[in-house]
Amino acid sequence: MRRIITATVQNRSGVLNRITGMLYRRQFNIESISVGASETEGVSKMTFVVEIEDHQKLEQLTKQLNKQIDVLKVSDITEKAIVARELALIKVVGSGQLRAEIQGIITPFRASVIDVSRDSLTIQVTGRPDKVEALISLLKPYGIKELTRTGVTAFLRGQQPAQVTELNSFTI
Amino acid sequence: MKVEAKQEMESTKKLVTGADVLIDALVEAKVDTIFGYPGGAVLPIYDAIYRSNAPFEHVLSRHEQGSIHAAEGYARVTGKPGVVIATSGPGATNLVTGITDAMMDSLPIVIFTGQVANSVIGTDAFQEADVMGITTPITKYNYQVTDLLELPKVVKEAFHIASTGRPGPVVIDIPKNISSQLSDAVYDDHFILPGYQPNKKPNPLQITKLAEALNKAKRPLILAGAGVVFAKASEPLIAFAEKFKLPVANTLLGLGSFPGSHELSLGMAGMHGTYAANMAIYECDLLINIGARFDDRLTGNLNHFAPAAKVAHIDIDPAEIGKNVPTEIPVVADAKEALQALLNTSAEPGDQGSWRDHLATYQREYPLWYDRSEGFISPQWLIEQVHKLSNGEAIVTTDVGQHQMWAAQYYPFEKPNRWVTSGGLGTMGFGFPAAIGAQLGAPEELVVSIVGDGGFQMTFQELSVVKEKSLPVKVIIVNNQALGMVRQWQESFYEKRYSESLFMENPDFVKLSDSYGIHGMRVEKEKDVPQVLQEALTYDGPVVVDCRVVQETSVYPMIAPGKGIHEMIGVRK
Repeated sequence: MRRIITATVQNRSGVLNRITGMLYRRQFNIESISVGASETEGVSKMTFVVEIEDHQKLEQLTKQLNKQIDVLKVSDITEKAIVARELALIKVVGSGQLRAEIQGIITPFRASVIDVSRDSLTIQVTGRPDKVEALISLLKPYGIKELTRTGVTAFLRGQQPAQVTELNSFTI
Repeated sequence: MKVEAKQEMESTKKLVTGADVLIDALVEAKVDTIFGYPGGAVLPIYDAIYRSNAPFEHVLSRHEQGSIHAAEGYARVTGKPGVVIATSGPGATNLVTGITDAMMDSLPIVIFTGQVANSVIGTDAFQEADVMGITTPITKYNYQVTDLLELPKVVKEAFHIASTGRPGPVVIDIPKNISSQLSDAVYDDHFILPGYQPNKKPNPLQITKLAEALNKAKRPLILAGAGVVFAKASEPLIAFAEKFKLPVANTLLGLGSFPGSHELSLGMAGMHGTYAANMAIYECDLLINIGARFDDRLTGNLNHFAPAAKVAHIDIDPAEIGKNVPTEIPVVADAKEALQALLNTSAEPGDQGSWRDHLATYQREYPLWYDRSEGFISPQWLIEQVHKLSNGEAIVTTDVGQHQMWAAQYYPFEKPNRWVTSGGLGTMGFGFPAAIGAQLGAPEELVVSIVGDGGFQMTFQELSVVKEKSLPVKVIIVNNQALGMVRQWQESFYEKRYSESLFMENPDFVKLSDSYGIHGMRVEKEKDVPQVLQEALTYDGPVVVDCRVVQETSVYPMIAPGKGIHEMIGVRK
């Protein structure tokens, strides 16, 4: 199962290395990590997308993350009301008429062309990973020259539906 | 007025080096022993040690691995953090085995490594190694000091992290420009670690659950690990076991947390554990794990581990709970706090029927056994003699392998902090240097280092330290001229193809000891053992005894790899 896990961490040197090293050593399968500043100075926010076998492994992952001295809080937000976004830059082969065609494809995705050259154009798209995925597959037939994705960053929506249970809390 | 006085004081404060600041921080941390080895990048630190009147002793090893294993032995015996200093590059990388060993066995160690000057870090400078990169996966935490003002705070934090919660090694990497920097700064060592708040007190709800389970259990069992020793919880453990009449099995590293001679003790469980302890795990309906981590050498095949049991697990490290074995009653707490909470409940012991009689039958019918050789020395018998002649009161250190398992089986401990062995990492060459640290930590105690001829040859250069510091360590070499455990596995699982496990050449250990100025003895016949051991153990000073034991001897009983805890082989003669 795919889970989205966020961690707030003290921004001390080596913290990213310590965390990714632990994930690698304990054989967690990371699809993406994004790291950046948070609302508090000196505190960073990490968002992991992980492919995980079962709940026991998931529990281990959150516990091992929590165990790190620089980690302040770990949340599994997969089943909560969240906003999750990633950004992709896609360089597609295209000139002349193709450009208009591609423009037609990307419009419903609210993607935009941010660079044009004689024989290619670069598209920027943001959204949930499945949306980004869908656009990429539509653009593939035109020939993707280059592709880069930031990985997902996510947090909880301002309001949570009441019935969602706190998955991340263990009865300890 | 006050402000003026302070300014006056500051202006007259004299310039000191970063290394002097470090020494003050070590004094502040109440360090009494440092295990170390100098080198280029720590010259300022060693100069500060030379100039200082600080009340600690520096122990110069002959290899950095000797320093860190000694610090581990010291930490095991005293419960206090062991302190190590090594230089940059090779000095630091020589510590890697010991740091990993301390990480696996949760030993509080604070390690200071020198580093090349900040201006050349990252340029592949002479004796530069990426100590932060190398030690990140094998430490509880690590630091590189980039600002001298931070140094006292970092040291204080490091000692706190190393010795609280689940203990572990912490590395502080100090670039040479920091240790040699002159400053008259006023330091603030106040620290906050918002992400590190070990939970010592158990959740009362979980204690109630456990008490209820105890009352209902027909076949309860305690599995006591090293967490009991770290928490200094042996007394409440005995009280708890006695109150609820609970049989106790120990893990390898938990030996000594519960008296080996106690009527409720089943001895060690696991790959070479007793039949009674392993079958108790297999048959119990409530397994209370206190401070053990369900290591694979304990559990055997997980599918057959405690199949009938409800599992309760008391551990200070939440990540250990449920890691290997599904756990119904998790208790995140210090073992002592949890045991006291359990003793304070109104819970009554349940009706166990014939459970303890049943286990007593196992103990009677399937005791540990070995073949006593005609005239030659059986290693198990040798350990029994060491136990007898030291009244079972020695601090015993070992390496890894056959001799370690025999020591665990035939040297029962009555008290904690007397069993110093490399459990998790299984490090050859651990036992002898660890004995040096153990003896320094407990100068009045008899320290016996039971080692193999293979392991001893990995770190015997530390004999110089024993001589230099006049440490009366007794080294018993269980010499089978082989890598015994490797040989045993080749015999059992590789059709006796003894690939590179038999030593064709060994040094003359008596002459070797002599060359270090240490009394050496050799014993080859069983009948001579009592007298030689008696002389060794009562000798006023260090001794090395080369005990030639029968090579073709195996450790039994044994759970073969991949087998369940109930599928032991060699349970009977």
